[in-house]
Amino acid sequence: MIRRAKVAKAAKRTLVTFTRTFPIVLGVLALASLVTAAIPPQSISEALPMESVLGPVFGALVGSVAAGHPLTSYVLAGELTSARASLATITALIVSWVTVGIVHLPAEAAILGTRFALWRNAISFVLAIVMAYVVALLVPAVS
Amino acid sequence: MTGTPRTAKDFARALGGWFFLIAVAGLYGLAALFDPAVVGEALSSFESLVVRIVPILVLVFGLLFLASLFLDRKWLVRHLGKASGFGGWILTVACGILSAGPLYAWYPLLGELKQKGMSGALIATFLYSRALKLPLLPMMVHYFGVRYTVALSVCIILFSVLSGLLMGRLSGIDVLGTRRAIGDEDRDCGNNTR
Repeated sequence: MIRRAKVAKAAKRTLVTFTRTFPIVLGVLALASLVTAAIPPQSISEALPMESVLGPVFGALVGSVAAGHPLTSYVLAGELTSARASLATITALIVSWVTVGIVHLPAEAAILGTRFALWRNAISFVLAIVMAYVVALLVPAVS
Repeated sequence: MTGTPRTAKDFARALGGWFFLIAVAGLYGLAALFDPAVVGEALSSFESLVVRIVPILVLVFGLLFLASLFLDRKWLVRHLGKASGFGGWILTVACGILSAGPLYAWYPLLGELKQKGMSGALIATFLYSRALKLPLLPMMVHYFGVRYTVALSVCIILFSVLSGLLMGRLSGIDVLGTRRAIGDEDRDCGNNTR
């Protein structure tokens, strides 16, 4: 039987976490909406030479800044494939879209720690590029 | 370390989120001066995002409550702590793949688990493995084919473990976490790991 005091303590702890993190989550949602409306990922990818040798780096950059639904990254990657972007470029875009979050960084830093957030995003950014080349080696062309 | 600055720090931390929200509202105000159409578009996108994220937040805070109530610190350290071993990695990757919703919705629960002793490396692995979205796999197959989808999925699982290992090696986050766990906070004062 769980003691009432323990339930009250857990509820209080949850409420404290909620009041501390709710404005951060709300702020991130608002910031993501504003960034996506002001600078759509499509316009960034159009401005960058995605089909160049440095395509995967640019792909990872676009994915890191973007904050929309992952499905949007598939659509954008499909468009880039038509525009002759390499498989590595679209992989870097798709992977960094969900693993790196520049817009979410303030929230991640506030809740999980600045050091953690900076290191995790930096490592995820580099790994998105490395994975892009690995996948491109494994899959020579999109079937 | 005296008690007063710690209280002030806690106070600042508690209000930090609200300051951030006010700053974002200020950005909206500023953007409205230059391009009201963009702000209108952003607000409508914000509204649909909020509606979409509410069920996820209910789930996350429900889990947070249950974790506070039932999750024993010793159990968590044994299964998801620094020395949890192979089982810890498997459990974390599986939970990451099965978790739904956006990345930031899971930060509060992970913050709580980190305080209870979950390894920073495993938190990084959890966040990375979320890149594998099971409900979106049919869509990925439609766009890029089966071969690409399988290769990417396998790579995401392997790289999620690699990201955790790199976090543990490079960031030193778990070293700091361990120090905190044994109550030796003075040695790493100034490093904000929470």
